[in-house]
Amino acid sequence: MKLPLKWLADYVNIGNPDIKDYCEKMTATGSKVEGFEILGEDISNVVVGKINAISKHPNADKLVVCSIDVGEAEPLQIVTGAKNVNVGDKVPVALNGANLPGGVKIKTGKLRGETSQGMLCSIGELNLTTHDMPGAIEDGILILPTDAPVGTDIKEYLMLSDTVVEFEITPNRPDCLSVIGLARESAVTMDSELKLRTPEIKDCDGKVEDYISVRVDEPTLCPRYTAKVVHNVKIEPSPLWMRSRLRAAGVRPINNIVDITNYVMLEYGQPMHAFDYKCLDGKQIVVRCADEGEIFKTLDSNDRTLKSSMLVIADAEKPVALAGIMGGENSEITDDTKTVVFESANFYGAGVRITSRALGMRTESSGRFEKGLDPELTMDAVNRACELVQLLGAGTVAEGTIDIYPEKKAETVIKLEPERISNFLGTYISEADMRATLEKLCFRLDGDKIYVPSYRSDVECMNDIAEEVIRIYGYNKIESTRFRTSAAEGKLTPKQRYYRGLCTALCGMGLNEIQTFSFISPKYYDKINLPEESVIRNSVVISNPLGEDTSVMRTTAIPSMLEVLARNNNYNNTDAALYEMAKVYIPREGIVTNDKGIPGTLPEEKTKVVIGTLKGDFYALKGIVEAVVEFTGVKDVEFEAVTTCPIFHPGRCAKIVKDGIELGIFGQVSYGVCENYSIDKPVFVADLDFELLLANAGDVAQYKPLPKFPAVTRDFSFMCDVDLEAAKIEKVIKKSLGKLLDGVKLFDIYIGAQTGGKKSISYSVSLRAPDRTLTAEETEAAISKMLANLDKELGITIRS
Amino acid sequence: MKEKLEQIKLEAVSMLEAENADLEQIRIRFLGKKGELTSVLRGMGALSAEERPVIGALANEVRQYIEERLADAAVAQKAKENEKKLAKEKLDVTLPGSKIKIGKRHPLSQVQEEIENIFIGMGFEIVDGPEVEYDYYNFTALNTPENHPARDTQDTFYITENILLRSQTSCVQARTMEHKAPPIRVISPGRVYRSDAVDATHSPMFHQIEGLVIDKGITMGDLKGTLEIFAKNMFGADTKIRFRPHHFPFTEPSAEVDVSCFVCGGEGCRLCKGEGWIEILGAGMVHPNVLRMGGIDPEVYSGFAFGLGIERVVMRRYNIDDMRLLYENDVRFLEQF
Repeated sequence: MKLPLKWLADYVNIGNPDIKDYCEKMTATGSKVEGFEILGEDISNVVVGKINAISKHPNADKLVVCSIDVGEAEPLQIVTGAKNVNVGDKVPVALNGANLPGGVKIKTGKLRGETSQGMLCSIGELNLTTHDMPGAIEDGILILPTDAPVGTDIKEYLMLSDTVVEFEITPNRPDCLSVIGLARESAVTMDSELKLRTPEIKDCDGKVEDYISVRVDEPTLCPRYTAKVVHNVKIEPSPLWMRSRLRAAGVRPINNIVDITNYVMLEYGQPMHAFDYKCLDGKQIVVRCADEGEIFKTLDSNDRTLKSSMLVIADAEKPVALAGIMGGENSEITDDTKTVVFESANFYGAGVRITSRALGMRTESSGRFEKGLDPELTMDAVNRACELVQLLGAGTVAEGTIDIYPEKKAETVIKLEPERISNFLGTYISEADMRATLEKLCFRLDGDKIYVPSYRSDVECMNDIAEEVIRIYGYNKIESTRFRTSAAEGKLTPKQRYYRGLCTALCGMGLNEIQTFSFISPKYYDKINLPEESVIRNSVVISNPLGEDTSVMRTTAIPSMLEVLARNNNYNNTDAALYEMAKVYIPREGIVTNDKGIPGTLPEEKTKVVIGTLKGDFYALKGIVEAVVEFTGVKDVEFEAVTTCPIFHPGRCAKIVKDGIELGIFGQVSYGVCENYSIDKPVFVADLDFELLLANAGDVAQYKPLPKFPAVTRDFSFMCDVDLEAAKIEKVIKKSLGKLLDGVKLFDIYIGAQTGGKKSISYSVSLRAPDRTLTAEETEAAISKMLANLDKELGITIRS
Repeated sequence: MKEKLEQIKLEAVSMLEAENADLEQIRIRFLGKKGELTSVLRGMGALSAEERPVIGALANEVRQYIEERLADAAVAQKAKENEKKLAKEKLDVTLPGSKIKIGKRHPLSQVQEEIENIFIGMGFEIVDGPEVEYDYYNFTALNTPENHPARDTQDTFYITENILLRSQTSCVQARTMEHKAPPIRVISPGRVYRSDAVDATHSPMFHQIEGLVIDKGITMGDLKGTLEIFAKNMFGADTKIRFRPHHFPFTEPSAEVDVSCFVCGGEGCRLCKGEGWIEILGAGMVHPNVLRMGGIDPEVYSGFAFGLGIERVVMRRYNIDDMRLLYENDVRFLEQF
């Protein structure tokens, strides 16, 4: 809301405060100031001048030399190229040293050899439009009225100076979207006198009933409909003072009748509409719901297809306005309008909101109605409009007012509980102070009853009264205290502790944490080569996304990681090693109604630990994965080769399995996927399930006595098929040695000319008993059994 | 014999004093089984009964003396050797260490954890809520019924008519009240979503931390005190806070909260755009309708709530001028924190 301070002065005398001080104080009492603008600041030394003589420029055909009276002893000589000036015209003259909008400075100089002591101004040069200055032309000098006093500062003459304060009004205070509303707040804030007045209409002619009747079919959607008629209308531009105020408030002047409706809306906060009476069939206004599918052309020349839930203002035959949103082209005010019906109505906010959203139409009017306006406003507003008609001489007001207001809005009454308010705020404010504040805010007090003004529908309960009191008393006078409450445990849950610990561990392994968007493009699934039928593509879809690239909630965070790796590779961060604690969103099957009776099922939100690196090899990544497993305390996991995952290299991918449950997958990203991301080097990615890791973490460790007896260690080299997995050999070794096994460690793998198409794999195996030194016989027996099993189960033998 | 012993003593001492004396050889020569002192002692049988104890004592004295001097010499020699070794092993300590790479937490996580710790210290628990949420918890239960104009102030992403991407962590307030009886003291960090195009100061996804305290006798002064403790811990002990009246549907009274600029301390600088204050959060006393919908009697209990944007704190704290950097994850950026 833009508030011109000259307009504000009609309703409150705040003196002449420092503008910054005023803004700060208003913000402190709840009317947040976004900023202020000093209009006319960029214009100086421009005055009204009169052209005394025009002569040809001796050196230029397209220029003329004017002699101009600016109220000084000597006339000025000014060269101009404008075609529209005549001797005797009054024009704006920028004098030597003048400043014009856009940083233009005017100085005396020579134009083609002739001295020019200034410049004649067009509307554009004064930052005005033909709306601000009706009748002026854009490509010529602004010709002022003949009675403009020579020498007068143009800012004064054209009313270009004002200070405009822009407020950010919260949706609960539609009353403050008006000059009068902000005058009320200013009066309390600045401790100044509020000067409210009731509009007065005199000298009416004709009767409103003879012109029109109104019927409201939908009193819920239209609690009040007030109308007046003006005849003998003469459409013309509104006077300069009105145009100047509208312009300052950011509204484009159009003509006297339309300007009046806008002026009243800005002043009172009540949107108004003017119908051309001759376009209303049957001398009748009917407030009804639209016919389903009815087509209606609004003022902006768009055809709107209406629904039966939408409220329209109609005459006997057809809709003439979309209630509270926009008028119709069919009853618009035009230059030959002779009789006008002013509508000042109250429409139900939610109704206006539904219609305006359904039609995609947000207007100044609908924005105001949506917030819930005071039905008590309509009468003063329509009277003010007619008062202005009379002031402007724009027409003759017919006697009487049509006012359909079947159910007067009940007054809100709240009990004043001073002690409770003080306790609630934690700051003592005396009852007398509370009463004084409320009265200044126009609340009426009677004993302990507070009568809330009708325009303050946001005030409903004790909390609201407390806010009214404290915002004027001063939020910053509230004393800071520490709450007293029964002891609570401020602590992390085991899951939160694990989350933090794991992050620390991953950082300790040299990985940087990343954060990526939870929504992705469905094309991300293509980029990781998922088949069309993959269930992973089944995502939660956003119905109104910003764009395709953020339109579905990810079910996997691998593509996000690959994007980041690719970006870093492009930035030449070629040794990037990263992780993300990434949320993924897995749709749940079936439509269920939840315990609130709300249909629909929320997806399962899971956290994935996604690791990605551009350096090292498969085993470097596996080392990280194993460290995560060890840190978590998951015992006895197995790694199984995965050859069919489309994201990964079929020969370099494994899953982590614990008791048949897959805890994660990792490996080298397949070449095809790397190409999709234009990464020209090996990429390694792991995707681990945070919740499953945690769920499989071991219990609290139990101490095992440190060994007292020596271990026997033997090294073996086996020959086996190249494809035989080491894990299978280890499994047989472990099983064969049973309780005597102390450790088994791979120390060499060799494939070469001497191995004859096979591989040599070497282990160091150690045996130990907790309660005795192993004898040579015992050791040999155990080892023989192990070798026999290896031969029998895997067909491998010791390398000779 | 006495002279012989004195001579042995002198000879041994002079040998020990020589540069790079071979101590083992000296020991063998004088004290060894075939050493000079031993042979003197062997010759004691030829002495008279009176002389024997005198010479014996003297011989022992000499032995002990030589032994002690040998030990001293060994210590001195070892020290010399060490010195030589140390001198030889001098390194250029300004050369870089063997690199052990430590990764960094994302700046958003670092700040989030720091904020969590401050509130844990005040007895808060951390709770979690879904990001894909029913509009009931995002709006209705927060005193923002359907077709309420406040729903417009946040452009919300919808999944279905009833399910959306939460536009604020405040949903967790409503969920917490359903599951917990007062006293309640929780914070809830997490991702939220609004239909804002990406630019230097906007992102369609960002992070908030919600806080909620409900008990008997909770006051607006308590809200201010709590936020003051938070601000001092987060931004420095001299930090001041300022409340400005505002409107949120789910709190009444409501406030926007500024902290004194942590660069200029309130004087006005480039960071705070000359205002001396930086807006960091929204807060207020829980609206009685919200308490009621959460099954809590507003006549008995009161509470406060607050919400703060983590990105804003991160950007201010590290002087980051473009929010997009936080989601680009350029390693050169991440490693700065």
